[in-house]
Amino acid sequence: MRDVRRYPGARIFTALFFLWLYLPILVVIAYSFNENRLASVWTGFSLRWYESALHNRALLDAVQISLTVAGIATAIATTVALMAALVLVRGRDVRLRRLSETVVNLPLLLPEIVLAVAVLILFSQIGLQNGLLKLVIAHSAFCIPFAFLPIRARLQGMEPDFEEAAQDLYASPWVTFRRVTLPLIAPGVFAGAMLAFVISMDDFITSNLLNSGGSTTLPVYIFGLIKQGTTPELNAISTLIVLGSLILATTALVLTFRNPNRA
Amino acid sequence: MNWRDFRIWGLAPAWVIMALTLVLPIGIVVLVSLSIRGAYGGFDWGLSFDSYAKILFEEDWDGNLAFTPQYLAIIGRTLWLAGLTTLICAALALPAAYVIAQAPARWKAVLVYLVTLPFWVSMIVRVYAWIIILGNDGVIEKTLRGLGLVADMDSLLFTNGAMLTGLVYSYIPLMILPVFASIEKLDPALIEASHDLYGSRWVTARRVILPLTLPGLMAGAVLVFVPCLGAVLEPILLGGGKVMLMGNLIQTQFGGGRNWPFGAAIAVTLMGLVMIFLMLNALRARREVSHA
Repeated sequence: MRDVRRYPGARIFTALFFLWLYLPILVVIAYSFNENRLASVWTGFSLRWYESALHNRALLDAVQISLTVAGIATAIATTVALMAALVLVRGRDVRLRRLSETVVNLPLLLPEIVLAVAVLILFSQIGLQNGLLKLVIAHSAFCIPFAFLPIRARLQGMEPDFEEAAQDLYASPWVTFRRVTLPLIAPGVFAGAMLAFVISMDDFITSNLLNSGGSTTLPVYIFGLIKQGTTPELNAISTLIVLGSLILATTALVLTFRNPNRA
Repeated sequence: MNWRDFRIWGLAPAWVIMALTLVLPIGIVVLVSLSIRGAYGGFDWGLSFDSYAKILFEEDWDGNLAFTPQYLAIIGRTLWLAGLTTLICAALALPAAYVIAQAPARWKAVLVYLVTLPFWVSMIVRVYAWIIILGNDGVIEKTLRGLGLVADMDSLLFTNGAMLTGLVYSYIPLMILPVFASIEKLDPALIEASHDLYGSRWVTARRVILPLTLPGLMAGAVLVFVPCLGAVLEPILLGGGKVMLMGNLIQTQFGGGRNWPFGAAIAVTLMGLVMIFLMLNALRARREVSHA
């Protein structure tokens, strides 16, 4: 009997769709092993562009700045988001609950370029000069909703029974949070932090507009390289970034969806 | 009020950060859009609608205002490309999400993982990949020439098509995930019931599957449409700066310190368009709930 839920061609379509999704990334990886100085002329297999990328001082500086900004912004955004999620999901009779939820998610409601322009003007008005500090402030703000959503989802999916039991056994609110709530929502907190970190590492629009000497992040540096033209070294750098993202994404997913009963 | 109350100070950091880095600065952007362009870049505080007038009119030598469609065309192109991107994403996401939802449980997790994976890869790298593919002497041109189909061709880069490809590629995971979530909730018995009542596959798709996945499609539409309106990377790298969208128009006004009040006016216009879209969407959602 024919399965009425199957659509002819839908599977082939999906296979082609996945091919389209991955082909561009595979092309970049393949071209990074090209020995020739011209990115579009293939002459042979070589790892020399990886070597030159790993010795590129400006690239390493950009990586360091990106990691610093993303690390601090993730810590701030995750802490703020965790506190807000605890109040909004667990708190009773919270005043302005709906409005507060909108406020936390505000950066998702506007195109990033508008937010970037807004902080640029703000920083120029208050005369803030430190490039790194500007990036940390802006990144912390727009990372908050990305940290908030997974934490809220985890809290909402969890019955408050364990927390109530702890309270009944005279645990203080802090001990309850530390010993009961936090271990239980840890995967959500971790997923939120990971998402915030990736969003910050990946940011181009805000970092580019706020860019000043000494605060060039990795995407802004790569943007500069692309404007100079495609080179095999650029392909090697891109491949390394792809590799880094895949490791990060896989770790995040494995840790998030690991069997909670074994944790 | 008890200052120890966690309900207050637990939310306070989020409120303070958003007020200081978002609400207050956006207020300043509105004020800047009403200010006067400074003689040496920047701006002087004031109240003038010149920057908004500049979107529609151009001042000629005599100081008369003449209508100019140049910026309206950019706004129109932005809306049109963002809308088309959203439609294409929906058209690609629906069948793909449907097949993924039908897959056996073990495969399903892998396929969802494969859909989200490219989204973790840096946006700039994904846009750059299309430069290699579409560019002069790029993968497509070489393949077509190798097959002897073309001798010489115009670059595919720096066109509306290139930008559209880049936008769809960048934002498709944001459409697939909500669509997948609503297809998974769809009761297969309804599809079978439709067939038992002699509904063909296409009638079932149109009358049963599509209406029931509409919430997912609409959620995905918001997630794709809003960032597309403010896209900056795709128009600069794939449009080559030749084809402007609102995002890179704003960016150039601030990047070179060219005309802050005008850039702010475009940013406020963009913000207005997004708000209108979100409000229409909220109204539609509420109407649907009251019908249900």
